[in-house]
Amino acid sequence: MKPAEFFQRDRTWHPPALAPDYKTSVSRSPRLAMLSLQGSMSEITGPTFGHTDIDPIDNDLIRNWAKTGDPVGERIIVHGRVLDENARPVPQTLVEIWQANASGRYRHKKDAYLGALDPNFGGCGRTLTDQDGYYYFRTIKPGAYPWRNWVNNWRPAHIHVSVFGSAFSQRLITQMYFEGDPLIAQCPIVKTIPDPRAIDQLIAPLDIKAAIPLDCLAYKFDIVLRGRRSTLFENRMEGN
Amino acid sequence: MPQPLNYLKESPSQTAGPYVHIGLAPGAAGFEIYRQELGQVIAAPDVPGNRISVEGLVLDGTGAPVKDVLLEVWHADPQGIYPHPEDPRHAQVAPGFRGWGRIITDFETGLWRFDTVKPGPVMGRNGRMMAPQVNVWIVARGINVGLNTRMYFEDEDNSADPVMNLIEQVDRRATLLARRVAPGQYRFDIRLQGDGETVFMDV
Repeated sequence: MKPAEFFQRDRTWHPPALAPDYKTSVSRSPRLAMLSLQGSMSEITGPTFGHTDIDPIDNDLIRNWAKTGDPVGERIIVHGRVLDENARPVPQTLVEIWQANASGRYRHKKDAYLGALDPNFGGCGRTLTDQDGYYYFRTIKPGAYPWRNWVNNWRPAHIHVSVFGSAFSQRLITQMYFEGDPLIAQCPIVKTIPDPRAIDQLIAPLDIKAAIPLDCLAYKFDIVLRGRRSTLFENRMEGN
Repeated sequence: MPQPLNYLKESPSQTAGPYVHIGLAPGAAGFEIYRQELGQVIAAPDVPGNRISVEGLVLDGTGAPVKDVLLEVWHADPQGIYPHPEDPRHAQVAPGFRGWGRIITDFETGLWRFDTVKPGPVMGRNGRMMAPQVNVWIVARGINVGLNTRMYFEDEDNSADPVMNLIEQVDRRATLLARRVAPGQYRFDIRLQGDGETVFMDV
């Protein structure tokens, strides 16, 4: 069978490896050019996941680490679709998220920020998209937090998002930001992305229609993975 | 105006940050939350094949180990089959072979390790076989877009591998070779930058 490849990743849309205002990138970015490969079986396949891998409560961050009651903070739903660049839904794909609590503190043994831990909040969740590529989580809106880059840098409120797609070459980790947050424009990590339209793609709008009255606000965050091209008229592929 | 081309743009990548473990390996972050963490078993013990273990470091441009890195690997089974519907032979994959693993470094030393079965050769493009190899994906604080590379084995014949042969600077091909340090044990260091910089791929 003929492998159907993915659209080339637009490396001018993504952040470059070296972005000096994000200091850690200086020593962790390759200096030499990447080797561009056409897709082979090794790239167009990837791990698959099913409902035996995860539990239904895994997408509810308000309940999945609750010990003595609900966590403190702004109750929100984060929902959206995983699509490809052809706007086709990506079904049955694993979406994983992680985040700080309402104080901007992470439940991680390496986080020493003085913002308080919440005994009822873990900060991670995962789910599989349905047949329409739809996913949802319930969580607490994370707080901003300081980090050692310049001396007074603060990350905007954000949720880290990891998605698989159907192929290892679609693998993506990104961050979701919240509409209206004034820290977005100041953040050296956000600004590693050169194109303001690409930054806008990571900002989730308030979705008041999806809010649950008297209970929970909602933000909508669609995720786009690489699209796949048709192999029209292609009997023999050129190159490698 | 011509008709619009209604392609969407891929969501831009952002660094996984220093606390990637909370989401992808919460046990390493210091708390047990899930019934099972994903990616810990690449090949169950009863999967036939040669068991191997691979360990190594990811080194930054100063030669220091990166201690907050997370790696994922993806590889075929000993027959060269991927457990994925796009592989025409996927129905023949041994039960318990997932082919995918998620690997955490030791926070003190930066050393990482994974156990699996040695992959077989895989059909590449145009009917040319690829030498046994493991796809590797690296994310960490300071890495804005996950880095892809491949790990090959120094004790295999890699001379006809189509991807290896695309590397124009012949000396750089060795950066993709895992060294055999004992029977079934390999060492694979990844250099992000500078002398001996690993070949990374835009796949």
